[in-house]
Amino acid sequence: MWSIVHKMGSPPWFYRFANVAIAWLLPIVFVALVVGSIWGLLIAPPDYRQGNSYRIIFIHVPAAVVALAGYYVMATAGLMSLVWKIKMADTAMRALAPVGAALTFVALVTGSIWGKPTWGAWWVWDARITSMLILFFLYLGVMALSEAFDNKVAAAKACAVLSLVGTVNIPIIYKSVDWWYSLHQPASIKFTGESAIDASMLYPLLLMIVAFYGLFALSVLLRMRAELLITYRQSAWLRSELS
Amino acid sequence: MYFQTWSAVWQMDGHGPYVWGAYSLTLVVIIVLIAAPLFRSRDLTRAIRNDEGRRALAADASGENHASKT
Repeated sequence: MWSIVHKMGSPPWFYRFANVAIAWLLPIVFVALVVGSIWGLLIAPPDYRQGNSYRIIFIHVPAAVVALAGYYVMATAGLMSLVWKIKMADTAMRALAPVGAALTFVALVTGSIWGKPTWGAWWVWDARITSMLILFFLYLGVMALSEAFDNKVAAAKACAVLSLVGTVNIPIIYKSVDWWYSLHQPASIKFTGESAIDASMLYPLLLMIVAFYGLFALSVLLRMRAELLITYRQSAWLRSELS
Repeated sequence: MYFQTWSAVWQMDGHGPYVWGAYSLTLVVIIVLIAAPLFRSRDLTRAIRNDEGRRALAADASGENHASKT
């Protein structure tokens, strides 16, 4: 376990790892997204109460799930950067924030579009939606902080502290539909007990969740690789890697 | 397939604009998420390679005169 962390912290090793991972992820994510979308849009049956508008679930839920999980990854990178001063952890944090923000944005906007035909309103200040909006601002905050300092070390420290403080919000988002009365429906997929969603809708949803995790990993790795190319453009190892 | 005709796919019983709107927007975000860093790495790789090539040429030219190389 520690040897992997150690390797991950080495830019040349990570650069090679990213190259291999990107080559594998690119076709897998593409196929999973295409198959999952066709399945969800055209093959799955309509919902007996919501009709066809529910098909937005196949992008809304995966985007929201990955945006939440991504925040934990970012906070973990922040912790590693604070405690062990690992440079790759800073790189990861900077790459994670915009991708997380983009996915949170997708979850918010698709939710808003879904809300209009289902609840009759584009937006409601309900607990889950409001806490998701806070998540969006937390991601934007980390992005802004990483650009706000001339000193890279100070920027990394500020980002790490903000991302760690922001983790308080994540369990609130998870539990918001149980703690407060909400228009937002509670979770349909449960790890324990029967899921409240039929298999004909569950399988494409699970496929899309996997596809969005892949998309997230792919985009983060691409961003980290681009940053390595800038940071180490003068280094011998990168030049020999590219020759 | 659940739908009988392509126009039914498009309309989705009146929910078409919402569903297709949400998917189109997501598609745009996905393309940006992948394409932006991909093109950036490509440009950076190219720039580093060009720079490397120039250095090699400069080192070469300092040794002896190559009029043909520019």
